[in-house]
Amino acid sequence: MAVPAPFSLSSDSFASKPSTTTIFGCAALKKGNFEQTHFRSCTAFRRNQGFTLKASMGPPGFTDKLNNNKLKTLADTEDGCDIFNDLKDRFLSFKKNKYLKNIDQYENLAKVQTPKFMVIACADSRVCPSNILGFQPGEAFMIRNIANLVPTFESGPSETNAALEFAVNTLLVENILVIGHSCCGGIRALMSMEDDDVERSFIKSWVIGGKNARIKAKAAGSNLSFDEQCTHCEKESINHSLLNLLTYPWIEEKVANKELSIHGGYYNFVDCSFEKWTLDYRETKLEENGRITAKNKIFWC
Amino acid sequence: MAKQSSELAIAELKKLLREKEELNAGAAEKIEEVVAVLNKCPPTYDPAFQRIILGFTDFKINNFDKNPDLYYQLANGQSPQYLVIACSDSRVSPSVILNFQPGEAFMVRNIANMVPPFNQIRHSGIGAAIEYAITALKVQNILVVAHSRCGGIERLMSHPEDGSAPFDFIDDWVKIGLPAKLKVLKEYEGYDFKEQCRFCEKESVNNSLVNLRTYPYVESGVRNKSIELLGGYYDFVKGEFSLWKHESYITEPITIPLPTHHHSNLAL
Ligand SMILES: [Zn+2]
Ligand SMILES: [Zn+2]
Repeated sequence: MAVPAPFSLSSDSFASKPSTTTIFGCAALKKGNFEQTHFRSCTAFRRNQGFTLKASMGPPGFTDKLNNNKLKTLADTEDGCDIFNDLKDRFLSFKKNKYLKNIDQYENLAKVQTPKFMVIACADSRVCPSNILGFQPGEAFMIRNIANLVPTFESGPSETNAALEFAVNTLLVENILVIGHSCCGGIRALMSMEDDDVERSFIKSWVIGGKNARIKAKAAGSNLSFDEQCTHCEKESINHSLLNLLTYPWIEEKVANKELSIHGGYYNFVDCSFEKWTLDYRETKLEENGRITAKNKIFWC
Repeated sequence: MAKQSSELAIAELKKLLREKEELNAGAAEKIEEVVAVLNKCPPTYDPAFQRIILGFTDFKINNFDKNPDLYYQLANGQSPQYLVIACSDSRVSPSVILNFQPGEAFMVRNIANMVPPFNQIRHSGIGAAIEYAITALKVQNILVVAHSRCGGIERLMSHPEDGSAPFDFIDDWVKIGLPAKLKVLKEYEGYDFKEQCRFCEKESVNNSLVNLRTYPYVESGVRNKSIELLGGYYDFVKGEFSLWKHESYITEPITIPLPTHHHSNLAL
């Protein structure tokens, strides 16, 4: 975890909203505002404490004042201050090292996004595509869910469907990439579920969507260890998601017209290898048994 | 064409090599390996494919291989400090704007960073992520991050009043933010549409924070102070980030004295 650095901002760069207070104990805050906030929060049954990071780097020479503020702030802190400092430092590092250095690019991006990729990846903290594939702002529209599953068109509305619709029909992305990964907790939950598991949990009711992949993984690997079966299922479920993508009429049409490509990816974070393949639409259509045919397959480590 | 594209990628890799002066011989070898792989590539022109190779190679050389202890540890398990719920928008990746490194944040990305109320049948996708993050990973901070010029919020604010044709799935999803929309329309009546959208982007975070508390394990964590609920707003037009904390009070019950002439009605 990042250690909160001393404040490097001028005090007025925390231009607080009226409801901003105790977290940073901003000296600038008027008592009247606080009471107003308090009053409002009582009626709303909740309170928002906020601050704005206007990372306009303060001019040099503020150091003394800042130190005072810092002391005051530390004296006034409540629980959660570390988290605020942590997030503040994180954002300021982005702003300084990326945003301000590429300000033209960010100005253009603010007008419109035209990503070439729609990426569906697991929510796992170790596999963010922005990290492992280095996607920069504007490059990839992204869905993160447990076990990077794509539900079928018939399964009805969900956040994944909504994002696919927006990416394909409004943003006109050219590539959909489903990325799975090693040691996936979601796939492990799927593999260890009993077939007649009646216990209802969100996790089980979500990962059951990958049921067909589990059947294949179990059939293919009766002599394999449980871990090996899970690895098998991680990959099999990506292919199922690729097939499920074709159940959306507006996706299949674009794939058939070669306006859209569908790719699978598998990231193994144990040995840092990556596999990538592309769904061969014509060949896959010829196969009747729910298998995909892949092309442009590559593996490297 | 194929030759040309892999030559392009090789040129990119060499550039990478030049830019990272501190690259050691081992890294240079890896680049040579990738070049060899690229040369064996199927003869199709696929810029998407090249992009992925370059991105991954850069990560492997400049991040993974440089932090062997971290990645060894992470291979054995994750214990992220944050659950982050952010929009799918390509411009707002929390790993970029908040510099989250592998292992730091369990992450959900959906249209307009929404959290629906607890509903095991209708919303198992995001529900599974919240359940896993809280019950299995014991995450302590939940951060919902919204952003400026959000297409999902704009859709929520404009449809169906604008008479546009419905989408198959988008409208059904963004309507989770309906309470925020109604609040904004009431409190900011008369503001122009764009301004109302900005207000709704923020208000919808509050709506999601309230909805998070319908998940029993979140609610109990908030009550015993093991979970912190945070709202964030990234304005990419101004390059600003706002952060706030969600709290609710358990207040003393308020007694409102009833006027005596109503008393008799109470018996009904
Ligand atoms: Zn996973
Ligand atoms: Zn958005």
